[in-house]
Amino acid sequence: MKTPTGDHTDVKLSCRNVWKVYGSQPEQFFDSSQGRVEDAHKHADAIRDADHIVANADVSFDVHVGEIFVIMGLSGSGKSTIVRCLSRLVEPTAGEVLLDGEDLLKKSDAELIDIRRHKMGMVFQSFGLMPHLNVIDNIAFPLKLQGVEETERYAQANRVIELVGLEGRENNFPKELSGGQQQRVGIGRSLAVEPDVWFLDEPFSALDPLIRKQMQDEFLRIQSKLHKSIVFITHDFQEALRIADRMAIMRDGAVVQIGRPIDLILNPADDYVREFTQDVPWERILRAEDILDGAAKPTDDLNKVAAGTLVETLLPALAEHEKGVIVEAEDGSTLGVATARGLAAALAGGCAPSSTAQEE
Amino acid sequence: MPFKFNRNDLHWLGVIAVTLICLSLQSEWAWMAKYPKDLILPISDWLNVIMDWIVEYLGWFFLGVSWALEWPIKAVRFVLNALPWSVTAFLFCVVAWAASGWKLAAFTLVSMLYMLMIGYWSESMNTLSLVAISVPLAILVGFAFGVWGFFSDRAERIIMPMLDVLQTVPSFAYLLPILMLFGFGTVVGLIASVLYSFPPMVRNTIVGLRGVSPEIIESGLMSGAKPGQLFWQVRVPSALRQLLLGVNQATMASLSMVIIASIIGGTADIGWEVLSTIRKAQFGESLLAGMVIALMAMVIDRVTAGLAARSGDYDPEDKSFAQRHRYWVVAALGAALFFVLAQIFGTLNVWPRTWEFSPAGVMNDGLTYVVVNFRGEIETVKKLAFFFVMLPAKIGLQGAVSPFTWGFDLTLAHKIGYAAVVFALAAWAAYRGRTNTGIAILIFAILIYFGLTGMPWPALLLICAVGGWKIGGRALGVGTALGLGFIVVTGIWPEAMLSVYLCGIAVLISFLLGTAIGIWAAHNDTVSAIVRPFNDTLQTMPLFVLLIPFVMVFKIGEFTALLAIIAYAIVPAIRYAEHGLRSLPSNVIEAATMIGATNRQMLWQVKIPLALPVMMLGLNQTIMYGIAMLVIAALVGTNGLEQIVYIGLSDGDFGVGIIAGIGMAIIAIITDRMTNAWSRKRQEDLGLSIK
Repeated sequence: MKTPTGDHTDVKLSCRNVWKVYGSQPEQFFDSSQGRVEDAHKHADAIRDADHIVANADVSFDVHVGEIFVIMGLSGSGKSTIVRCLSRLVEPTAGEVLLDGEDLLKKSDAELIDIRRHKMGMVFQSFGLMPHLNVIDNIAFPLKLQGVEETERYAQANRVIELVGLEGRENNFPKELSGGQQQRVGIGRSLAVEPDVWFLDEPFSALDPLIRKQMQDEFLRIQSKLHKSIVFITHDFQEALRIADRMAIMRDGAVVQIGRPIDLILNPADDYVREFTQDVPWERILRAEDILDGAAKPTDDLNKVAAGTLVETLLPALAEHEKGVIVEAEDGSTLGVATARGLAAALAGGCAPSSTAQEE
Repeated sequence: MPFKFNRNDLHWLGVIAVTLICLSLQSEWAWMAKYPKDLILPISDWLNVIMDWIVEYLGWFFLGVSWALEWPIKAVRFVLNALPWSVTAFLFCVVAWAASGWKLAAFTLVSMLYMLMIGYWSESMNTLSLVAISVPLAILVGFAFGVWGFFSDRAERIIMPMLDVLQTVPSFAYLLPILMLFGFGTVVGLIASVLYSFPPMVRNTIVGLRGVSPEIIESGLMSGAKPGQLFWQVRVPSALRQLLLGVNQATMASLSMVIIASIIGGTADIGWEVLSTIRKAQFGESLLAGMVIALMAMVIDRVTAGLAARSGDYDPEDKSFAQRHRYWVVAALGAALFFVLAQIFGTLNVWPRTWEFSPAGVMNDGLTYVVVNFRGEIETVKKLAFFFVMLPAKIGLQGAVSPFTWGFDLTLAHKIGYAAVVFALAAWAAYRGRTNTGIAILIFAILIYFGLTGMPWPALLLICAVGGWKIGGRALGVGTALGLGFIVVTGIWPEAMLSVYLCGIAVLISFLLGTAIGIWAAHNDTVSAIVRPFNDTLQTMPLFVLLIPFVMVFKIGEFTALLAIIAYAIVPAIRYAEHGLRSLPSNVIEAATMIGATNRQMLWQVKIPLALPVMMLGLNQTIMYGIAMLVIAALVGTNGLEQIVYIGLSDGDFGVGIIAGIGMAIIAIITDRMTNAWSRKRQEDLGLSIK
């Protein structure tokens, strides 16, 4: 089970004041200040008024080591552009992208190729597989480009094939595979070079819902083994909730809110975020530690549960025991008491404002 | 809302007024009817001077190239002629098998046996050897230009019009300059064929490289590909299918040009065989030789198309070496076996003369019988078509109607009646709010009455230029005016009109007939299944061959040319009509069905309007095919630009031939741009996209 707190301290990848502007002369809007402007909102509007398209406006966030950072947004929100700015498939107009503290945007083409070869992996929405290569050659493709010997290349590719569960499919060509299997190849290829940073651009959006859920589980399983630093793009809020350690919600090229899924649900920054959080199944998001009741005192006759227990499984106990249950941290220390009142309070925090919003 | 005129309509009414004024003044001002001789720019003379200079001072260079290219041709020719026929035939069958399976292999075997039996083996091999050298060259050149155009927008802007010109200038027109530069011999055919066949490779290369999905490129980049790796290991393999389609088209173009180039003679190939037998009126022989070309074209087309279609299939690698390389193994073993056998059994080495069998004599007798016994019927068909269709279009009703032709004289009463009917129709259309239709009726009626050759050139030029402007914007209007202006000042306008008249009738008939067949085929799978192989065959048939059956029955003349053009140009009309109707969005059809449209309503009010843009692309192709065939039809005696080109070639007059050739290219490019622009506009209006 992933840790909901996500206490990753070291920053792996940092995106600072990144702007991407399309148009005839996008540079004119930025001086040497690395994309730092006083009022990003106003600045973006000014650029739009000058007939330019703002794909990303002043985007800043950190991705910590071993963390799954999800960027969620609807189509046109700039989420695909920002992940391409991070990998420099798209050249940002202004700002900084720091990988291990070094500015990626200052790297030469040769250095960039080297970084991509060893530190980055990327998975694409429609897979981006080479149609002329079979599964094992597709997965070994990045290694081949590096000039790795065939035997070594295939040995590594075979390890990855086992990891993504494609044994027996080595000699098939992409068009002979189902969508889910093709994306396994895409995942395998992106992992073949053992990258530190892993970009996934809507990797499961092209798959049908059942397969999508399977692949999410698979993805979490792989991540629990590899502990990569991940930037995961999706337009599906439920998917974001399932896998994110932390997430950013984007709108019109700008970040609206960053935080743990639970933070977003309990304290949505604005009505836009609330639109998404409204329909979430609370019982599957809230955990015992989120519904602590400050007024209740732990007594010996109460049952004990782990901090990460989902409210869904806790509901019968709360209904039965008026005084609630004791919530314990991983080390066995007592965090507090979860009660039905605590649950109601947590729900009220997330829900109440939205009802007023609807009335407006 | 009856009688609504917008600015557009007023422009057109103005054009019609000017046209009528020109018509009434042309008896006063002779320069309107006929562009004065003194004002003709002697561009063809200048071109001849330039050409002479080049030949004199740079000739050594071209002769050197020619000399260098002669060797590989000779080598391939030697090998193909020296190999026992059994080995060659076997290898071709293996290639066909590898490309598309045993059916094509069997067809290839039958084709090759036919060549042997009819006794055209060595001629066929000579043609093949030229194709074998020209295709790799064309692919190389085409790929290089394609890559350049892909990476540089500026290069593309230069290359594309160049390709248009190369593909629309009639092939006869550039045979002569090549002949003058490179000297007499097989090299002329080679160079001409490379020039003619590399453009499709360029186009396919650009389209293919462009078509690689951005995600594949991005995944290549993220895999750490260097620019060279990205190109050769990501872009090119992903675009392979399109590239191979380019190879297919280049090969077909190369073959057809090699055949056409044999007109200069001395090649001892199969094209020369067809031509010389036509000239000697040995139609049986020429038809048999033409069949060889047709079979060759079909085999080559199916093989290269098969390779393109199979480019996505890869053999699983867990098979054994022999299994994975079965084609190579079979080819090597079989070839060796046949080679040895051929040394023992002479009949496998050289096909015995006694086994040859030519039904040419019988065919000639049969033809003579038909022509003699059905002379009356044949003459009637010819006469009817000539008096009632071709002549009116050429010299107009005012010239065509006479007691001799139509059985009565064109009296004043007739003329007034004609005018009244035309005006009534146009006014009725305008009253119904269809002013465009009304204007079209007026212009068409004027054209029919005075005939294309009877129209004053300033009026026609104006009509075309305004048409271009209205359809494709200012650039097209100006371009049209300039292009036609070139035709006027070089003094080839009268011949150009003769070309337009012949090609125009042929295209009109092809389009109407072809669209009708296409509509039928779209609604009836059986018809579709019957029509398709006919289309495939007609389309792969080198243009030359199509002439033969018509010349056999109708002798030389414009009517024969007309039929040959129709036979070739009808194919795209059928194809596009069927494709357009079959690929309509199903939700619209379902909606119309649920509203309760009858079959007739469905066709006329839903399907045809929606399919019209695709059909217009079909018209575009019909015109292009028509012009291509028109050039070849010069061989059976026409009078237009194509004939000047042909005469230029046989007289060795470079300037005259090339000017006429450019004239034809101008007409082709203008009509191409206009129909394309119209189709695109309609498409955008309908929100459709055409693949």
